Amino acid sequence: MSKKILIVDDEPNIVLSLEFMMKKEGFEIAVAGDGDAALAKVASFSPDLVLLDVMMPNKSGYEVCQILRADPLHAGLKIVMLTAKGRETEVAKGTALGADAYVTKPFSTKDLVAQVKLLLA
Amino acid sequence: MNARIRFILAIVALGLLMTGPFLLTVGVLYADLTEVERVAFRAAMDRWLPIGVLMTTVGLFLGLQLLRMLFKQYVQGLMAMAETLRLMLGANRNFRVTSDGPPEVQELARAANELAVQRDALLNDVDLKIAEANASVEAEKNRLAALMSELALGVVVCNLDGRILLYNNRARLQFKALAQGPTSMSGGALIGLGRSIFSMLERAQITHALENVRQRLEKGSPETVANFITTTRAGQLLRAQMAPVLSHAEGEATTAIVTGYVLTTENITKSFEREAQRDQVLQSLTDGSRSSLGNIRAAVENLIDSPDMEPAYRERFVGIIDEETARMSARLSTTMTEFADSLKTRWPLEDVLGMDVVAAAQRRIEDKLKLATKSEELNDGLWIRADSFALIQAITFLASRLQDHYAIRELRFRLIADGNMAYIDLIWSGAIVSSETLYTWELESMTIGNESSPLTLRDVAQRHGSELWYQRDKAAHRAFFRFVLPVAVMPEAQQIDIMPQQHGDSRPEYYDFNLFNFSDTGIDLDRKLTDVAFSVFDTETTGLEPSAGDEIIQIGAVRAINGRLLRQEVIDQIIDPRRPLRPEGIPIHGITEDMVRGQPTIDVVLPVFHEFCADTVLVAHNAAFDMRFLQLKETSSGLRFDQPVLDTLLLSAVIHPNQESHKLEAIAERLGINVIGRHTALGDAFVTGEVFLKMIPLLADMGILTLRQALEAAEKTYYARVKY
Repeated sequence: MSKKILIVDDEPNIVLSLEFMMKKEGFEIAVAGDGDAALAKVASFSPDLVLLDVMMPNKSGYEVCQILRADPLHAGLKIVMLTAKGRETEVAKGTALGADAYVTKPFSTKDLVAQVKLLLA
Repeated sequence: MNARIRFILAIVALGLLMTGPFLLTVGVLYADLTEVERVAFRAAMDRWLPIGVLMTTVGLFLGLQLLRMLFKQYVQGLMAMAETLRLMLGANRNFRVTSDGPPEVQELARAANELAVQRDALLNDVDLKIAEANASVEAEKNRLAALMSELALGVVVCNLDGRILLYNNRARLQFKALAQGPTSMSGGALIGLGRSIFSMLERAQITHALENVRQRLEKGSPETVANFITTTRAGQLLRAQMAPVLSHAEGEATTAIVTGYVLTTENITKSFEREAQRDQVLQSLTDGSRSSLGNIRAAVENLIDSPDMEPAYRERFVGIIDEETARMSARLSTTMTEFADSLKTRWPLEDVLGMDVVAAAQRRIEDKLKLATKSEELNDGLWIRADSFALIQAITFLASRLQDHYAIRELRFRLIADGNMAYIDLIWSGAIVSSETLYTWELESMTIGNESSPLTLRDVAQRHGSELWYQRDKAAHRAFFRFVLPVAVMPEAQQIDIMPQQHGDSRPEYYDFNLFNFSDTGIDLDRKLTDVAFSVFDTETTGLEPSAGDEIIQIGAVRAINGRLLRQEVIDQIIDPRRPLRPEGIPIHGITEDMVRGQPTIDVVLPVFHEFCADTVLVAHNAAFDMRFLQLKETSSGLRFDQPVLDTLLLSAVIHPNQESHKLEAIAERLGINVIGRHTALGDAFVTGEVFLKMIPLLADMGILTLRQALEAAEKTYYARVKY
């Protein structure tokens, strides 16, 4: 059975690319446009990995990450944070809050795919 | 004994002397007479008594007139002369005794005047010598003051109580610019010699900086200057640098005591705004570009990796590239325009030892919150770039919230380095805090007890380029808040903004080092008159009857402290009375309808005047009149002028009860004060102030030293009963 990935980002221009490349790699994909939708989708779709953007309306990626990590139901869920914020303190915050990987835009699609595969292996 | 009582006693004695011997003789004679002779005597007396009584009365009356004349010429004349002599002794050396009255008194007056001439010659000689000696000291002081006034930075020197001893023009301009609304009409009145710096800057911040300076001194650090940033009431940002004023104990060269401090201030609101703008520009350039670039890169890589992509997908990816490149170009061009405007200025964070910040925060938490603290792992060589005041405030705020909401008993601190970052952790055990709680706290303005700051935790974090989060250490049943701060790198050279120099009228009245020992803000009635700050004021009004609708049309006020009239710390304001002026008043005050039109009304000016007078004793000539006008405004303005009031008219009557006139001109003339610019409110306030300052030593000669004594003496005088 193919692994499931939830893409959470409010920018359609990146969602399209992410969706395209992950589908191409054979993953099952769902998309959420903001933090609240992401939490709902995690419950209904139960993904194996979440690609989580930090800057979003309603709830930030940090908040979503912290809420997911606080729930033992999702203990096995992998979280990859995607962000345009590249400061060292922000990366530290992301990892401290429980993200498995923190990827700064712009990223190489190959690297991201490799990262995702590694986490789901 | 009072001269008047002695006069009455003299009259009684005179009466007894004129009638006594006669009555005695009659008594003795009568006792010696036989019964028949007595009858004849009584008959004779019946005939002659009325004439005898008449003659005695006339004699007594003539005697009284003589006595009165002598009393007036000799006793009262001499008493008036004594007052003038005392005047010549102290307040007005050039005053001379007028020689009228009987020849003997005239002779005495001439002798006294000759003595005065001789004394003047001697005194002039001494004065000359003193003046010569003082000149060099004065020159030095003026050089210092001139230097100060030319400085591009604001300089304020304070003693430990926060009293201002010196300030320069730049500081005055800075604080004037900070003054809100109508306060600016008092010419930046908030800054003033002897005034408290805490009315302009936050007390806690000054205390904190002073403590920093002291700690550095104790450690023998060569760098004894503390920097801080402060937000004023008007939302302006001020960068201040504090250097201690040290006095070395005699004989011991090693120990220095801090007796005050020098604050150099610079308004960095503008540069901070530029900085914030620059930050924003950089942020939008980097973060915005990252995002667009990320979108483009992903799209391009997809296109390359899948050459056999469906046309519909290909079109969408090309569309994304087109859209994002256009967005990036637009962003780049706006950034370039905005960036050209923002100059290179830095947010002035200070390099501090992380441990010092933690130690100070612990002390503050224990002091303020009575919460026990401990430190775990503290990296003792870690320097951070921080605004230590704001950071400590933030830490204390978090501690107080934890204490209030989760009743924690102890807070532990940890300071660790991680690459270019420093972590400050606030650790507690037990209570679990939800992340939402921290998000709410981050957005509240920080309040600790009764101290509140306009900043929020998020502001503080942003200022430091720092992040803050909540984390749990499940294994140890503990939780912590973590501040991540950038580690300080090499200290950078300070940049100094070059500002246009101030020239012109720089004669300084901006310093008074005698105030070093001046302390305490409240008005204590038992303070000496020489140690009290005064606001001397005068008003011009439409007429003399406030209860009949007359209004104030001009207020003039000047501060006096330490025996000096501070002619640069004044209020000089015309007021629109909102009623027609009385034509008969115009020649007196010289204020016309045209002049009052467009001026602020009393409800705007009164709060300014009230603030100007805060913590000072009011002085006015015929104060009852001016006070009546102010009191009638109490209900409408809600402002009470309840400080003590001294009246130069009453004080003049205390000092010179035998002088006829206590008008301001007459007193000024007696005390040798040049009267210029009278009958403008400020002109009269100046004259009143000069008069008042001359009176203080005269009152001291009479044993009236304290404020209470002066008030009581004034109350006793006859004039106190005059009501308006």
